[in-house]
This record gives sequence, C-alpha cells and structure tokens, in this order.
Amino acid sequence: MPNILVVEDSPTMRQLISFAIKRIPSCRVIEATDGVDALKKLSSEKIDLILADINMPVMDGLKLVSLVRGNPAYKDIPVIIVTTEGAEEDRKRALSIGANAYLPKPIQTQELLKLVNTYLAG
Amino acid sequence: MEKETGFVGKADEFLQMFKKGEEFTKELLRENEKLRYKIAQLEETLQRSGDEARTKLYEGRISLLEEELKSLKERFKKVEEENKDFASKYLEVEEENNNLANLYVASYQLHSTLDFSEVLRIVLEIIINLIGAEKFAVLLIDDKTNELIPVSSEGMSTSEAPKVKIGQGTIGTVAKEGESFFSDDLSGDAEFNPHEPIVCIPLKIKEHVIGVLSIYKLLMQKSGFTNVDYELFNLLAGHAATAIFSSRMYTQSERKLTTIQSFLDLLKEKPRK
Repeated sequence: MPNILVVEDSPTMRQLISFAIKRIPSCRVIEATDGVDALKKLSSEKIDLILADINMPVMDGLKLVSLVRGNPAYKDIPVIIVTTEGAEEDRKRALSIGANAYLPKPIQTQELLKLVNTYLAG
Repeated sequence: MEKETGFVGKADEFLQMFKKGEEFTKELLRENEKLRYKIAQLEETLQRSGDEARTKLYEGRISLLEEELKSLKERFKKVEEENKDFASKYLEVEEENNNLANLYVASYQLHSTLDFSEVLRIVLEIIINLIGAEKFAVLLIDDKTNELIPVSSEGMSTSEAPKVKIGQGTIGTVAKEGESFFSDDLSGDAEFNPHEPIVCIPLKIKEHVIGVLSIYKLLMQKSGFTNVDYELFNLLAGHAATAIFSSRMYTQSERKLTTIQSFLDLLKEKPRK
C-alpha cells in the first residue's frame, strides 16, 4: 500500500488533494501542515511520494525538498510541488533543487492523479 | 485331285472366315477405342461441370462472406464510434466528478467552523487555491452606514480595498443588484484600481446581499474561467455568505454572552461585600 505525504498549510487544499488521491486504489494519505511536520512524518512512516506546497509557515516546500534530497534515507522519494507560483523561474528553481514535478494551482485533478500514478509506478 | 480341290476350297473358306474374324476383332477394337474415348470425354465433361458447380458454390460463399465482412466492418466502425463516445463521456463524467469533489470540499470547509476569522480564512483559501485569484478582497455591508467595508484580502492590504457606498461604482452596483460582474478583460494587466475589479461576486443569503467578493487579478497561470469556476462563484455567493453571516452572528452572541456572564458574576459577588 503506497503512502503519500501531502504537505500543505491550507486545510482546504489538504482535504482536496487527499480526496483526489484516495481515489487511487489502496493509497494511504498522510497529512502534514508544513516542512517540519513533514520531516516528523517522514521519520515515523514509510513514505512513497511527497506532494508539497511551496509557501508554508515554519518551513517552506523548497527547503523541505533540499533536506529530503540531502538525506540518504529519503533522497529517492519522488517529490511533486503543488503551488500557486506559476512563473517559469519558480518551476526551474524547484526542479533544480530536486523536485521531480511541478504542478501550478489551481490544480486539475486528472493531471495530479496522472503525475501521482506515474511516480508511484516508476 | 477332287479331294485336293475340296481341301483347298475349305482352307480358303477358313482363311476368309479367319480374315473376317480378324477384321471383326479390329472393328471391335476400334469401337472399343472410340467408346473409351467417349467415356474419357464424358468423364472430363462431368468433371468440368462439377468444377463449375463448385466454383459457383464458392463464388456464392465468397459473396456471402464479403457481405458478412462488410456488415462486420460497419458494426466495428459503429462500435468504435460508440467507444469513442463512451470514452469522451467517461472523461466528462470524470471531470464532473472532480468538479463536484472540489465543490464538496469547498462547501464542507465553509461550514466546518463557526469562528468568523476562520470562515474568512477558508473563503480566502478557496479563492486562491480553487479559483486561482492572486489579488482580491472580501467586503461586507455595514448595516449602520450602508457601506461595504473590506474585512479580508489577499495580494493587497485590506486597507487598500475601498469602502464603497451601496449602488456606487461596479462594486456598489453588484451589492445593490445582487448580480455578478465579469470584466471582458480578465488579464488584470491594467493599473490597479480598487474600484475596478475584474470580477465582483455578491455574497447573498437568498436575495439579501451581505457583502461582495472583489477580484483584481488572477494567478499568472490562470487565463480564464471554466465551468467549475462559475459553479464555485455560485457556491461562494450562497454558502460563503451563509457561513460568514452565521459565524459573525455566533461570534457576536458569544461576545454578548461573555459580557452578560461577567455582569451576572459581578452581581453575584456584590452581596458578599
């Protein structure tokens, strides 16, 4: 059963993403409200995929990606960034830090599920 | 001598008879040959006519199979078209399903609390994350002054949003008439004017307008509105209004209750002195 970590400070977005992902059979969603909370969840659960927002309090999504990539235990976990930042330079920055995919909000559920399925399969 | 002559005559006679027999045999052999030839010819004819009948039969079968193939091809084409139709319908249903999920989550979140500031935060979240707005403000009607007062905003400070008299300008007209406003140009590239939103949505409880949502700029990746955006606007017009109104009433009544409770506590304490 793949575990997907959704890192979002907005409860509405967390619920929306979780709602969409739960449609993938046998997927389990674990929620975190910011980067620090995400690191705690990473240390206590086996995570197969991370979906993270960029703009979050305490620790933003980009910092989280760089920490995940720097940790040998988590470095291979795919990370999909889901953000309101739609500029090309933001996308390039996130990908250069180590994010696998970049999805600007408002999200299209089909597109999100396609990406999630791709990274879970790969 | 006579005996000799008689013997020769008989020999000739026998020879004649033998020749006749030979000719007859030859005749029989010729006849036999002819008959064999005829039989062979007849057999050949028979075979040929059998081949023709078989060819006719095969031709009949081929044309039947061709017809069947044609009809199968037609059916296949029809099924293929139906399949395409089903696939596109499936996509439509899937999209509708996703849209309904968005609306469900938005509605669920709006009614998940009675805390006024929390409701405002949820309204902002929905507008940012589900609609894709970058700069906007929420204005509520102050019944005492009959003015729209900004209570919350994103991408701009709340003080930047205008106070508007009901009926004045685009925002005031939306509040007065209760009809949404959508600008033809949604790019939001024009210089920021707090009185000129690109979208203005009335927040209504039935026909009673309690405020408006004034959007000035969309996220750069958002070029226009889809059907689900209009559904979300409708949802915000109704559900956000109800959630804002009831949470404000609840917060006010809580505050009043606390004041009354404090007053009662004070009254209870007095006789002790």
